[in-house]
Amino acid sequence: MKYIEAFRDGRLAKKLAAAIRNEAAGGRAYHLMEFCGGHTHAVFRYGIHDMMPENVHFIHGPGCPVCVLPVSRIDHAIRLAEEHDVILCSYGDLMRVPASGRRSLLKVRATGADVRMVYSTQDALKIARENPDREVVFFAIGFETTTPPTAVAIRQAAAEELNNFTVFCNHVLTPAAIQNILESPEVRRIGTISIDGFFGPSHVSTVIGSRPYEFFAEEFQKPVVIAGFEPLDVMQATLMLIRQINDGRCEVENEYRRVVTREGNRKAQQLVADVFELRRYFEWRGLGLVPYGALRIKSSFASFDAEKRFAMDVPAAAEVPGCECPAILRGARKPTDCRLFGTVCRPDNPLGSCMVSSEGACAAYWSYGRFRQSVEPQKAERFA
Amino acid sequence: MTHGSGGRAMSELIEMLFVRHMDNELLRQGNDQAAFDVPAGRMVMSTDGHVVSPLFFPGGDIGSLAVHGTINDVAMAGAKPLYLSAAFILEAGLPLAELERIVRSMAAAASAAGVPVVTGDTKVVEKGKGDGVFITTTGIGIVPAGVNISGDRARPGDAILISGSIGDHGVAIMSSRENLEFETEICSDSAALHELVACMVEAVPDIHCLRDPTRGGLATTLNELATQSGIGMQIVEQSIPVKPGVAAACELLGLDPLYVANEGRLVCICAPDDADAILAAMKSHPLGREAAMIGTVVADELGFVQMQTMFGGNRMVDWLAGEQLPRIC
Amino acid sequence: MCLAIPARIVAMDGESATVALGGVKKCISTALLDDLKIDDYVLVHVGYALHKVSEDEAEKTLALFAEAGLSPDDEGAPA
Repeated sequence: MKYIEAFRDGRLAKKLAAAIRNEAAGGRAYHLMEFCGGHTHAVFRYGIHDMMPENVHFIHGPGCPVCVLPVSRIDHAIRLAEEHDVILCSYGDLMRVPASGRRSLLKVRATGADVRMVYSTQDALKIARENPDREVVFFAIGFETTTPPTAVAIRQAAAEELNNFTVFCNHVLTPAAIQNILESPEVRRIGTISIDGFFGPSHVSTVIGSRPYEFFAEEFQKPVVIAGFEPLDVMQATLMLIRQINDGRCEVENEYRRVVTREGNRKAQQLVADVFELRRYFEWRGLGLVPYGALRIKSSFASFDAEKRFAMDVPAAAEVPGCECPAILRGARKPTDCRLFGTVCRPDNPLGSCMVSSEGACAAYWSYGRFRQSVEPQKAERFA
Repeated sequence: MTHGSGGRAMSELIEMLFVRHMDNELLRQGNDQAAFDVPAGRMVMSTDGHVVSPLFFPGGDIGSLAVHGTINDVAMAGAKPLYLSAAFILEAGLPLAELERIVRSMAAAASAAGVPVVTGDTKVVEKGKGDGVFITTTGIGIVPAGVNISGDRARPGDAILISGSIGDHGVAIMSSRENLEFETEICSDSAALHELVACMVEAVPDIHCLRDPTRGGLATTLNELATQSGIGMQIVEQSIPVKPGVAAACELLGLDPLYVANEGRLVCICAPDDADAILAAMKSHPLGREAAMIGTVVADELGFVQMQTMFGGNRMVDWLAGEQLPRIC
Repeated sequence: MCLAIPARIVAMDGESATVALGGVKKCISTALLDDLKIDDYVLVHVGYALHKVSEDEAEKTLALFAEAGLSPDDEGAPA
């Protein structure tokens, strides 16, 4: 597979590992935050942490749209399916996330709600066309990568007058999240979490370009390296971050040049701007109310907005007592700090989104096994 | 379908479809049971409920899957399968043509394998309660003397072998699922493995473990065996056969081939000195041409299955929690 | 992060295209891009082409990895 296998070459990995070891040999620690869950996934799946020197630490950030989705939004979607008899279309990632009352989309499907998993918004449109007598709601989630596909679907629905199609919009914005973390007390003032640099998200950047990160590098004086999500990309980006930190530079560098440019995908950006506008506030799980961190559908497309068509009052959901997802998402706690982790909260019985999402920090810790203190306590320590 | 509540209509259904296609002497007797002599020795019995959706997929259908699945479960004890039974729960409204297609396929699979379906049952349930067809198959077989294959017999130092590429069945199923369609030449690997097993047992009677990975993929089977035997495993990603089409489909959907279903492969654990002989026996059989050694059993009280990745680092291959679903992030 | 995979365009029809990856073919939407042609590689995410893959930049990136074994002092920082 072109452009895939070459970026997983083990021989090149050894060279990069040696270079990293060499450059990080100065004695200081490097705390590098992977904003995107996909980078977390790559680190664990390929065993990249095995190849890193002891003083290089990867911190997992909140770049997982499933993890940051407040439980009340899933409750809302469930109610749409159950009370309004809609066909609820959702990406696979959401199907097992526990909502209030230990319910989930998958569970309510089993009791008769018409919940359908889709791969693309195009599939949701198709379902709407094939079922003109039913309301079809698409449960939209994701960062800037996933937003343009929703914009296309809404415009297409408008053009076709597909009046039974609406979108339940939960799209969120990356720069707002990064800002929120960098401004959080733990990072900015108290300094309990040190972050020396960021891996910029891979595919969000193909859409928004590398330009938006220039503000962060400048304002917060932290280097950013936009990294692809193949393991060699992650290692090369690690090397680039270490070099910047050693040199005292705070620039935006682009390791993922094969698909990321400074300007990004202008057509996609325009389509999004046509359909969506900023919400003043949106609740992010773990980060609280984030200003200008999420999108809603513009009034010109109001007839495709599920929140307008199906007005509902959905109460805020309570977190499971003891669940540390919020702190873990901010990087303030590790999964192993949560007393529910590995005891009652496990992949086969997830209580929080960090465990159920394939990119959640807790799921990553568990699946790739480094949490098991009894086996390798020193290695387990190195995950933050 | 008005059948299922007993009576003439029901008899006609059975007569028409099942007996005609399955066509063997025992079934033709028309009794509620099949009576036969059994050779002396240890018997093995296994049962399975099959609930696959979609009912028809590239490389098979629920009927052939059911036959292969139960034959394999019996064969994994090293046993020669003798007879099968099949019980059907049918959703009212299931088109007769579809049912016929399934029954023909079962009959063909049973005939090709030389393991007849000698007794069965059908029931019809209301529409909305059955997902089309549920099939439960039970199989019996005889274990040859000197063969003691069991999931708890893996020992540190043992070799871990696989009979062929992983993930074919799961990808074939997914390619036919609604809202997920993609074009691929990948077909289900659904197959009866008893003859392959017979070759292997002939070459080396003292095989320690045999198991066919099904739902949950290779990773689940390896974890099961590790837990049962109280050992750990170290496998090498590079040596696990994966067809390019399976790898590609998994990339597109964000799946890990280690957890994707199989229906015609087996994992074999044996003493290290026996590995070469068993591999040779496997490769001499059409269903084992791509057989490979994928790792080694190690001492490990915690029972972890670890994998050296192609990239170089080590990772854990843990149990799967729930079904692996395609993901966007 | 968002799962996205590079695949080659093998057929085009209006705002749809068929892409191929390792023998698997999938129909996707090209509504987010302009100026695409057959044999172009695109990044595919949730059934949409998000960006063209630059062959040139891909080669350069691979070369960068290969140079990593040398220290910056030897021949100028590759970054």
